[in-house]
Amino acid sequence: MSAADGSIVQFDNVGLRYGTDREVLSDISFTLFPGSFYFLTGASGAGKTSLLKLLYLAQRPSRGIIRMFDEDLITVERKRRPNFRRRIGVVFQDFRLVPHLSAYENVALPLRIAGLSERELHKPVSDMLQWVALDHRSDARPATLSGGEQQRVAIARAVIGRPEILVADEPTGNVDPEMALKLLRLFEALNRLGTTVVVATHDVHLLRKVPESLIMRLDKGRMSDPTGALRHPPRRGGTP
Amino acid sequence: MPRARIGGPMPWVIAIMIALTVLAAGAGLALNNLAGNARSQISGGLTVQIIEAAPAARERQTAAAMAFFESRSDVAALRRVPDSEVAALLEPWLGADVDAEDGLPVPALIDIQMRDDVTAPMLRDLRAALSRQVPVARLDAQANWLAPVFDAIRSLQWLALGLVVLLALTSIAAVWLAARSALGANHETIDIVHHLGGTDGQIAAIFQRSVAIDAAFGGVAGLLLGLAAILGLGQQFAALGSGLVAGGGLGLIDWIVIACIPLVGIVLAVLTARMTVISTLRKML
Repeated sequence: MSAADGSIVQFDNVGLRYGTDREVLSDISFTLFPGSFYFLTGASGAGKTSLLKLLYLAQRPSRGIIRMFDEDLITVERKRRPNFRRRIGVVFQDFRLVPHLSAYENVALPLRIAGLSERELHKPVSDMLQWVALDHRSDARPATLSGGEQQRVAIARAVIGRPEILVADEPTGNVDPEMALKLLRLFEALNRLGTTVVVATHDVHLLRKVPESLIMRLDKGRMSDPTGALRHPPRRGGTP
Repeated sequence: MPRARIGGPMPWVIAIMIALTVLAAGAGLALNNLAGNARSQISGGLTVQIIEAAPAARERQTAAAMAFFESRSDVAALRRVPDSEVAALLEPWLGADVDAEDGLPVPALIDIQMRDDVTAPMLRDLRAALSRQVPVARLDAQANWLAPVFDAIRSLQWLALGLVVLLALTSIAAVWLAARSALGANHETIDIVHHLGGTDGQIAAIFQRSVAIDAAFGGVAGLLLGLAAILGLGQQFAALGSGLVAGGGLGLIDWIVIACIPLVGIVLAVLTARMTVISTLRKML
């Protein structure tokens, strides 16, 4: 579901501080549209991970307004948050696979949480493992998988529920350039199916690989938006 | 969904708690039966003592008292306690000569069973009526003599109930600690499930399932241990051959109550785990 202006996410003057420290994010305002591809860039410590945490509801902002799926996230009841989270796929920087579950079981987890039976989830999970070329490793535990394989399991887990938003934190940070490109193609394929993709990266070479992407740049906790395109995006047809 | 292992000593802690609870409950129920049986046997019981030193006069007064009670319609049964029986009762304290002609004179006893329970006003009226016809007669309700015994039994019953409650609270505390420990150990997995859209109820269900399995094992083991102890103790008490103790057996309902203890234990453990997990998860975003 998108808002009246067609957006799927709106940040308005959002700030975030941990405890009583200074703000790690200040005056963040932007709008994300369905089916768009965004890169979030910035130097280490610029606040990329903190911004992503706000996007996948792992943090509550210290100030400002966040609207997602046309609802105010600040005031939404806690018991409704899982429904929002199920619409957002997350690829964590450190993968965060459940260590005692196999690759198959890790990928199946979002569908099990959504209430699908074993019979219902078998085919989509198998297809997804095939899609990330890990069908031959479906029984392997995360500890026995390589970094790239773990990354692909994490991506498969993030996208199997066909999320409306996919958030990936440095998804290519632990893989070689060839695998990075493969993963990027996976994101593009998902994006073409209508998912809004937000990829945080400090790899500037990656940005050129997706020409139609929009770039959000963070600098010391502030969003760099010199053209105002992120805050006041042009009316969209199919792409922003 | 991933499994949350509570495991460790938890099933054995629950087993010990259930075994002790079964023992305490068994003791409480047996005491209840003992008191109930004794009370029903003596609640309508009266004893008349004819305190007269001269044997002839004692016999005359005893006959008069017997006649007094025989004439009443509220008397269910009446029995003159034979002198030999009285002598046998007194022998441990007074020796074997109490029944002899030149021995110590002892009162004549009449054992009376009324149709209804003996109340205080009823006892007062009976005493007044009896004293008019047999002035040396002394009438007592049997329940009065055993009142201290009943009080002691009641105290033991409360003690058993207190033990059951304490054991239940201890079990709850043990499950609470185990659930918190498991929450800490599985924090990373919980966080992942949380981010994938898992609800508090789903995450709690993982812990509930684990606790239910542990509690079921502990419950069955504890029940078997407790039953073995009860049966062993029961046989020892039965061997005493005491009439009072023999009234303290367990009936079908009592065994059903005891069999329900592990089920109650499992429900308590699962509810405790759920409440612990839910309250911890509510602190998360």
